[in-house]
Amino acid sequence: MKRFWWLLVAALVLAGMVLSACGKSSTPTPEAKQPFVFGMLLVGPYNDHGWSQAHYEAGKYVEQKLGAQMLYVDKVNPADRPGTTAEQLAEDLVSKGAKLIIFNSDDMKDAALAFAKKHPDVYVIHASGDVSWKEGKDYHDLSNLSSVMGKMIYGKMMAGCAAAMTTDTGQIGYLGPLINDETRRLASSAYLGAKYCWEHYRGKDPKDLKFKVTWIGFWFNIPGVTSDPTQVADDFFNSGYDVVISGIDTTEALVEAKKFHDQGKNVYAVPYDFKDACSEAPSVCLGVPYFNWGPSYLKLIQAAQDGKWQSTFMWVGPDWKDINNPDTSAIGFEIGDALNDKASDAVTTFIDELANGLNLWTGPLNLQDGTVYLRDGEKATDQQIWYLPQLLEGMEGQSVQQQ
Amino acid sequence: MNERNANLLFATIAILVALVFTSFVLVLAGASPVAAYWYILKGSLGSWTKVADVLVAWVPLLLVTTGLLITFAAGLWNIGIEGQIVLGGIFTTWVLRLLQHSAMAPGLILFLAIAAGALGGALWAVLAGVLKVYGGVNEIFGGLGLDFVAVALTLWLIFGPWKRPGIGSMSGTEPFPESLWLPTLGHTRLSLWALLLGIVSIALVYFLLSGTYFGLKLKAVGKNPRAAYLLGIPATRYLMSAFLLSGLFAGLAGAVQVTAVYHRLIPAISSGYGWLGLMVSMLINFQPAWAAPVTLFFAILNIGSIQLPIVLQLDSSLSGVLQGALVLSFLLMAGVRQKWVARLRAEEGEA
Repeated sequence: MKRFWWLLVAALVLAGMVLSACGKSSTPTPEAKQPFVFGMLLVGPYNDHGWSQAHYEAGKYVEQKLGAQMLYVDKVNPADRPGTTAEQLAEDLVSKGAKLIIFNSDDMKDAALAFAKKHPDVYVIHASGDVSWKEGKDYHDLSNLSSVMGKMIYGKMMAGCAAAMTTDTGQIGYLGPLINDETRRLASSAYLGAKYCWEHYRGKDPKDLKFKVTWIGFWFNIPGVTSDPTQVADDFFNSGYDVVISGIDTTEALVEAKKFHDQGKNVYAVPYDFKDACSEAPSVCLGVPYFNWGPSYLKLIQAAQDGKWQSTFMWVGPDWKDINNPDTSAIGFEIGDALNDKASDAVTTFIDELANGLNLWTGPLNLQDGTVYLRDGEKATDQQIWYLPQLLEGMEGQSVQQQ
Repeated sequence: MNERNANLLFATIAILVALVFTSFVLVLAGASPVAAYWYILKGSLGSWTKVADVLVAWVPLLLVTTGLLITFAAGLWNIGIEGQIVLGGIFTTWVLRLLQHSAMAPGLILFLAIAAGALGGALWAVLAGVLKVYGGVNEIFGGLGLDFVAVALTLWLIFGPWKRPGIGSMSGTEPFPESLWLPTLGHTRLSLWALLLGIVSIALVYFLLSGTYFGLKLKAVGKNPRAAYLLGIPATRYLMSAFLLSGLFAGLAGAVQVTAVYHRLIPAISSGYGWLGLMVSMLINFQPAWAAPVTLFFAILNIGSIQLPIVLQLDSSLSGVLQGALVLSFLLMAGVRQKWVARLRAEEGEA
C-alpha cells in the first residue's frame, strides 16, 4: 500500500518536472531603443467582443503606430480581483516602466482621480468620464489627467434611423442598462435619429412611432438582481416591437432576434460597442454603432511621449469624411447584412445629412414630462446633452431611477 | 503508516495533483509553469509593499472564513454570506454618511461605522436563520435569495438615494474624506486595525469552537439537531446564534472593505469573498486551525497572479484555476482517504 503511494507521488513529481521543462521560455528580448511604455487597465476580459476589447485593440493600434509598448491588466474589478483597487494595479504597471496609464471604465473614476493626484509625474487617461471637462459638473484640475469619450450620440442616431427605416409595426424597443445621464442621452439620441428618418424618409407622422425604453438595471444580466435582458427582448418581440436597439454590454437583443427570426418572424436588432458585433447573427443585424478609441489614444500618447501633453477633455465624434476610417474616426457605424437596400440608402443619406451639419439636438424639444428642453430653433449645448435630465417627449419608459 | 502521516501524505498528493493540473493548463496556454509560479511568488512576496497588499486582501477573506466556520460547525450552509458582507458594507457606509459632517472624532465615527457593519451582517444572517428555523426555508435557498436582494439594494442605493453629485457612477458613492479611512501603515495600504480585527476574530472563533462548552454544544447540534435537542440543548437557539455570529464576522468584512480598502460603497463591495470563503472552508475541511494559513495562501495567489497578464501576457484567471483545482483535488483525496481508512479498519477487524 505504502509503496503504491510513493510511486504515485514520484510519478506526479516527474510529470510536473517534464511539463515544466516543456514550457516555452518567454524572456523578453531587450530592444535597442527604449520604447515609450503605457499601461492599460481593462474593466473586463481583453477579448470580450465588447467594451474592453475595443480598448485593447486601440492599445495594439498605438503600439503599432508609435512603436510604443503596452502593458495591461484585464478584469480590473473587485469581483474578479478581490482585495485590489485599480489604483494599486496602476502603480504596479508604473513599477514595470509605464509612463502613462489608461483607466478604461466609469467603474475606475475614483481610482483614476486618486492615482492622478498621487502621481503627478505619470500621465493618466480616463476613458468615458467628464473629470477633466472644465465646463462639466465634475471637473478636477489635474494637469496630468485627460478624459476621453466618443460622441456615441451620433452612432445611436444612426442606429435609430436604421431601426425606423426597417420597422413594419412602427414600434422600436430600446434595451437600456441602468439609468443615468449617459444612458438617457444615448437612448434619446436613438429616438431622435429614429424620429427624423421616420418623418423625413418614410413620410410618416412622428405620433405613429412608438419608442419604448426598458431598463434592465445594469450593464449586463445579473440573475436575480437585474431584469433578464433575454426576457425583456422577448417581451418586446412578442408585443409588436419588431426592432430592438441594444444599449447594454451583452448581445441578448441580437440572439433573441435571431431566435424569433428563425421561427419566421420579421424582427431585427441593433447591437452596440464593438465593430464586429454583427457577426454573431448577421441575418438579423441592422448594423452596429461602435467606438474606435485608437486615434484618440494615439494623439494623447504621442503628446505624452513628445513632452507636449496638456490636460484635455475629448468628446470626439465621427470623422464625417469617412465615419469608418480606423485612423481618424472615433465613432463608426457598420451597416449590417439585414438592412435592406432602401433602408441602407436612407441611412447613408442620413449620415451625409449629419455630416453636412444636420443637428437633431435642436428645438423645439420637450422633456418627457412636457417641460421645455429646447425652445424653437435653440441648439443644445454640449452640457445640455451630456447632462440630459430626462428622456425626451414622445419616448416611453422611465426617466429616473425609481425611488 | 499511522493516520497522522497518512493525512499529511494525502494533503501533499492533493497539492501535487492541483499543481500538475494547473501546470498542464499553463503549458497548453503556451507558457512556462515555472516562470508563472515564480512571478506569482515575486508579485506577492517580492517586496514589503506586496506583502502588505497580500495582507490587505487577506483580512476580509479571513473574516468571512471565520464566520463560515461557525455556521459549518452547526451543520449549516451559510450561502447567504455574500449578502451579509454586502449588508455590512451598506450599514458601514450609512453610518459614515450620517456622521461624516458631524463634529464627532473620526476614530469614534469609524468605530461606530464598523460596529454598524457587524450589526448589518448579523441582521441579514438572522433573517436567513428565521427563514430556516421558523419558515422551513432551507438556508441555501434563503441565503441565495438574500444575496440577490443585497446586491440589488446596493445598486439601488448607488444609483438612487446615495447617488454622487453629477452622474450616478459605476465607481460607487462619493468617496469618504481621508480622515474617515482606517489609518494605514507607512506608505502601504495595510491598516493594522483591520489586520488586528482579522487575527483577533479567528483566534476568538478558534477558541470558541475548540475550547468552550458553547462550541461543543454547537457541534452537537451540527452533527444531529434532534439528538442534541433530546439531550437538552436548545437547538433553535444554537442555530440562530450560529447565524448571528457568522453574519457578524461577514459584516465586519464588509465594514473593512468600506473603511480600509475602497473608502466608499461600490457595486461589487463583497468582492466575491463569500464564495471564496466557502471554497476555503471546504478545502480545510472546516478546521479552524487551517483557516489563517489557507486564506493567506489564497490572498497570495490573488495578488501574485496580477503579474501574469503584465509580464507573461497570460490570462490571470489562472489563479482561479489553481484555487479550484486545489479544492477539487482535496475533496477527491478526502474521498480516497475515507475509503482507505475504512479498509484499514476492516483489515484490523479481520485480524
